[in-house]
Amino acid sequence: MTLRGTVAIAGAAESDLGEVGPGWTAGDLMEQASLRALEDCGLTVADVDGLAAAATQLPMASVSLGEALGIDPRWTDSTQIGGGSPIAHLDHARAAIAAGLCEVVLIAYGSTQRSVGRARASLQEVDPYERPYRPPLPVAAYALAAARHMHEFGTTPEQLAEVAVAARAWARDRPQAWSTGPLTVADVLAAPRVCDPFGVRDCCLVTDGGGALVVVGAQRARDLRRPPVLVLGAAEAHSHRHISSMPDLTRTAAAISGARAFAEAGLTPADVGCAQLYDAFTITPILFLEDLGFCAKGEGGPFVAGGTIAPGGSLAVNTNGGGLSYQHPGMYGLLLLVEAVRQVREEGRDVVLAHGNGGVLSTQSTAILGSAATA
Amino acid sequence: MPESPAAVFAAHCARRELAYPVDAAGRPQWPPRVRASTWRVSAGLGTVYASTTARPRDGEPYDVSLVDLDEGFRMLSRVAGGGRIGQRVRVAWEEALPFFTPAGDEPRAT
Repeated sequence: MTLRGTVAIAGAAESDLGEVGPGWTAGDLMEQASLRALEDCGLTVADVDGLAAAATQLPMASVSLGEALGIDPRWTDSTQIGGGSPIAHLDHARAAIAAGLCEVVLIAYGSTQRSVGRARASLQEVDPYERPYRPPLPVAAYALAAARHMHEFGTTPEQLAEVAVAARAWARDRPQAWSTGPLTVADVLAAPRVCDPFGVRDCCLVTDGGGALVVVGAQRARDLRRPPVLVLGAAEAHSHRHISSMPDLTRTAAAISGARAFAEAGLTPADVGCAQLYDAFTITPILFLEDLGFCAKGEGGPFVAGGTIAPGGSLAVNTNGGGLSYQHPGMYGLLLLVEAVRQVREEGRDVVLAHGNGGVLSTQSTAILGSAATA
Repeated sequence: MPESPAAVFAAHCARRELAYPVDAAGRPQWPPRVRASTWRVSAGLGTVYASTTARPRDGEPYDVSLVDLDEGFRMLSRVAGGGRIGQRVRVAWEEALPFFTPAGDEPRAT
C-alpha cells in the first residue's frame, strides 16, 4: 500500500509572529493559528477528530491543544523529535487518516521563546559525560559539523555566509519577516562570533510564533475552500542523540528520509524547483542539499555560492527567509510547512520539498508536497 | 542495585583512569550504556575529530572538541590551547575531570 497522494493539506496558517509580548502563551499561539487554519479551509473545530502538536514549552502539546479548542480527539500525537516534529506529525497523520483512525487532523505549534527567554522555553537535558565541558548546545554541535565539513571538503566561511545572504534576500519582500535589512557576505563574516566558525548571522533567530495545518483525505480536500496540497511522500529518520554518537558529522540521516520520500513520490531532486530546508545554522541547508541529492557530497559549499539558492537562482530555497531571517520560534518545522504550502498555492509550484531537522542533526524528516496536477 | 554507568565512570576518573565499557564483541560504547558490563581503561591517546571555540558574550572563549580515542570511541571534551582536526592528543586531568593536551607526534597505541 502506498500513501502517495492519499491525504492533502487543506488549511494552513501562522499565528502572530515576532515578539508577541507579555501574557501570551505557547498554547495561545497554537490556538490562534489553529482557528486561522480552520478558517482558511472552511472547516470548524467540530470537524476535527485528530490532533498533533509538539512544543518546547508544552510537554503534552496535543493534549493542551485539545483542551484549548474543546476537542476530545479520536487520535492524538505529541511526538517530540525537535524542530522537524511537524513533518513527522504530517507523516503520522496521513497514516492515521488512511487507516481510518480519524478524518480531520489539526497539526499545531506555538512558542513564546523570545518573550520568555530561550533558557525558560527549552528543557535542557543534563548529560553526565558532556555537561562538564559546557558545550553551548545546540550551536556547538552544529559548529563541530561545520568545522568537519570545512576540513574534509574545503567549505569556506564565505560559502556558509552565502546561505544567510540568500535567506535575507528572500525575506526582504515578506512583511512578516523579522530581519529584512541588507546583508552581505562581508556583513556575515564581520558579525560577532558565537561558536567558530559561526557568527551571530550564521545562527537562526529567536522569535515567538506558531502555526497550524489542517490535514484531510485527498477526496475531502477537493470540496474545501482552498486548492489541496497533496502529500506525495514523507519519511523520518534519526541517527543519534549526542553529537559524539553521530557516525559522520558530514552525513545526516536526511540521506535516508529524503531517499524514502522521493521513492514514494516517484520523483527525484531534478523535479523539485523549490525546497524549504531547515536552516537552524548556515551549515544545515548545505548538508541537506547534499544529503537530499541536490548536489554531490562535499559540493554544497560551491553549490550555494553565487546566488544559486537566492531569488533568481536555479533552486528556490527557504523562500520566506527561513529560520535565519524570517522567524525561528524555538522550532521552525511548522512555519517551514506553511511556506511550502504557500509556494504551491500562490507561486504556482507543482512540487515543493519540505525538510525538517531536530536535536543536534539527530532527527531528519522530509515531506514532498504537490499541486493537484501531481496526483 | 548495580552501580550506574556514570558512577562506574566517575569511580575510574577518581583514580585518574579514562574508562569505557565494551559490548559482548569487545566494541567500545560511548556514552556508556547499562547493557555493557565490562569496562576497560583507555591508554588516553587520541586524535581530534572536530573542534570549535565557544565564545560566550560574558566570559572567556573555550574549546569544545570531539576526540577519537585510539581504542575506538569518540567523546566530547576539551583540548587545552584549542583543538585542531587531526591533532594527536593525550588525556590529562583537572581534579577528576578528563580533558586533553597536545601529544606531539606520538603514534597510535593500537
